[in-house]
Amino acid sequence: MAYSEDDLKQDLVDQEYEFGFTTDVDSEKIPKGLTEETVRIISSKKEEPEWLLEYRLKAFRVFQGMTEPDWAHVTYEKPSLQDIVFYSAPKPKKELASLDEVDPEILKTMERLGISLEEQKKLTGVAVDFVMDSVSVATSFKEKLGELGIIFCSFSEAVKDHPDLVKKYLGTVVPSSDNYYAALNSAVFSDGSFCYIPKGTKCPMELSTYFRINESGTGQFERTLLIADKGSYVSYLEGCTAPQRDENQLHAAVVELIALDDAEIKYSTVQNWYPGDKDGVGGVFNFVTKRGVCEQNAKISWTQVETGSAITWKYPSCILKGNNSVGEFYSVAVTNNHQMADTGTKMLHVGKNTKSTIISKGISAGNSHNSYRGLVKIGKGADNSRNFSQCDSLLMTDTCGAHTYPYIECENSTAQLEHEATTSKIGEDQKFYCLQRGIGEEKAISLIVNGYAKEVLNKLPMEFAVEAQKLLEISLEGSVG
Amino acid sequence: MLKVKNLHASVGDKEILKGLDIEVKAGEIHAVMGPNGSGKSTLSSVLAGRDEYEVTAGEVDYLGKELLELNPEERSWEGIFLAFQYPVEIPGVSNINFLKTAINERRKYFEQEPIAAKDFLKMVKEKSTLVELSDKLKNRSVNVGFSGGEKKRNEIFQMAMLEPKLSILDETDSGLDIDALRIVAHGVNTLKSKHNATILITHYQRLLDYIIPDFVHVLYDGRIIKTGGKELALELEEKGYDWLTKAKA
Repeated sequence: MAYSEDDLKQDLVDQEYEFGFTTDVDSEKIPKGLTEETVRIISSKKEEPEWLLEYRLKAFRVFQGMTEPDWAHVTYEKPSLQDIVFYSAPKPKKELASLDEVDPEILKTMERLGISLEEQKKLTGVAVDFVMDSVSVATSFKEKLGELGIIFCSFSEAVKDHPDLVKKYLGTVVPSSDNYYAALNSAVFSDGSFCYIPKGTKCPMELSTYFRINESGTGQFERTLLIADKGSYVSYLEGCTAPQRDENQLHAAVVELIALDDAEIKYSTVQNWYPGDKDGVGGVFNFVTKRGVCEQNAKISWTQVETGSAITWKYPSCILKGNNSVGEFYSVAVTNNHQMADTGTKMLHVGKNTKSTIISKGISAGNSHNSYRGLVKIGKGADNSRNFSQCDSLLMTDTCGAHTYPYIECENSTAQLEHEATTSKIGEDQKFYCLQRGIGEEKAISLIVNGYAKEVLNKLPMEFAVEAQKLLEISLEGSVG
Repeated sequence: MLKVKNLHASVGDKEILKGLDIEVKAGEIHAVMGPNGSGKSTLSSVLAGRDEYEVTAGEVDYLGKELLELNPEERSWEGIFLAFQYPVEIPGVSNINFLKTAINERRKYFEQEPIAAKDFLKMVKEKSTLVELSDKLKNRSVNVGFSGGEKKRNEIFQMAMLEPKLSILDETDSGLDIDALRIVAHGVNTLKSKHNATILITHYQRLLDYIIPDFVHVLYDGRIIKTGGKELALELEEKGYDWLTKAKA
């Protein structure tokens, strides 16, 4: 067979890929910037099947035609995508049989985060899938879960070991064309977590993942897919902390939850990305798309404690598709210094007798801005649906702002909707009362704020609630105006 | 224990205390009485260290320390307790958690270990009986949904728990029915010892039927204009304040 022009072209393309592989192999990093090439390199580095590459490329094309949204109540310098490294993996990237094989440096970091695996392993009831930068380094309790048929692994592993499940559900709740950042994530997602709970199985432990941004200048594009099959139950914890950093870091995750008939998913997050310094320099940009779909009689409950990030743009939502399905959203969002958060939820009532509850507690300090933005939509066929929304704002200083943007769209006259909102300033009388009892100012603020947020904190699993309380205290340190 | 000399204090441009003197020794109960606007609540706020009040002159010696140099929480740790006229509500913070925090913050100040849960609960049980505070109230958020009487009883409960050296009761009797008054008085009397002292700030003689003061002071226009024994209170009840204030004016 003659060597044709087409073959030559193909060879050149292949060579380019090779070049892509070999550059920076030591640091397991790829060159900065975003092109179709970047997408191909990521997919190929992860040894992904053709269908997933196609999925990414399709998303990338959609993304190219999109512009960054600017409707949120946040202002920031838009990150230049050409300055971001879209893939990096910590070394060593080999199969690990036990903790002993994990890089001691990484173990040390985990210990500093208070989540050493030694401890975690001993803790009954918690399995940890630790994601550092983009690749999972350690997974525990896998066997125990395996006995029940529960799959809990990194997203990449799921692509290799359970391609049918991934293929069936990926992008079904958050299509890649959903929004700018979801499209970006769909094109370049690095890794994340995958979870599948089989029919009628109650997951016996809280599943938790710790995300962490490690290498400077590396964007994080996590992808989480959680499927609760018919009649199953799972409680999933996600928490993150990030070390101090001077430049902005882009974080655009996508989380998809699928609760099939009679299933229940409880998804809790404690988010503590680096918020920038006192003058608003640095900090993580957190643009997250989280959404779940509920089939018949299913329930999804989102609980979040948001204290970090310079910019937060996040709306964990529920599509209440099946009849009698239930959606819940409990949120505490704290902003301090120059942080800006625009967060809330969407409850889309499609099925009959669907119910949703929204409890949002915003706490603003320093010069920060904290917005609640929520949509409750009752569709034509959503007979006898109900929603209750409560949005409270607490102001710590005279220089911060709290904003509430509740949207309600109702197309069915049998629906019942309630909305309550309050704004209050932390009282001098309350503070003095605490001081007089010997509770110093910082402690008093923490006590009052934790009391204010208690309704939401109570929804968190026990070990998370304690951590969350500490976080609120730390986040508001020095905020007393 | 407490020596107040020539105390002047104002809120904004308005001078309220205009050279107040009072001395309280351990083991004593002092009643400070006076008509509305005479400066009674200002006195309690200044002693507790509320920052809306500016002290413009005078000295306050408390157990050998310059009280005015201490911030409010230090005063609390050193044993000053103020029972508020209007106790505030703190939603979401249980009464018990609030007190435990208060006790442990003070222990921290004295470099002591946090109180053991067992000891704390024992103390709660003992002290709550004193003011007949139900379990339900102990676990509810601080003062949230409490009746007027319950709030005042809760103040005395907190006082019992914190074991202060100097207690200042600011109009604790106002808004109390006779049963609540009796309970509160019983609490105060039981807690009395030769090591602690109490200042009762009140409008009415009524409370003094239940808590017998060693001294009664009449506060008028920012100064103590008369000091006497418990019989002075009875005299005031009978004659009102006019005979004193007119003589002064």
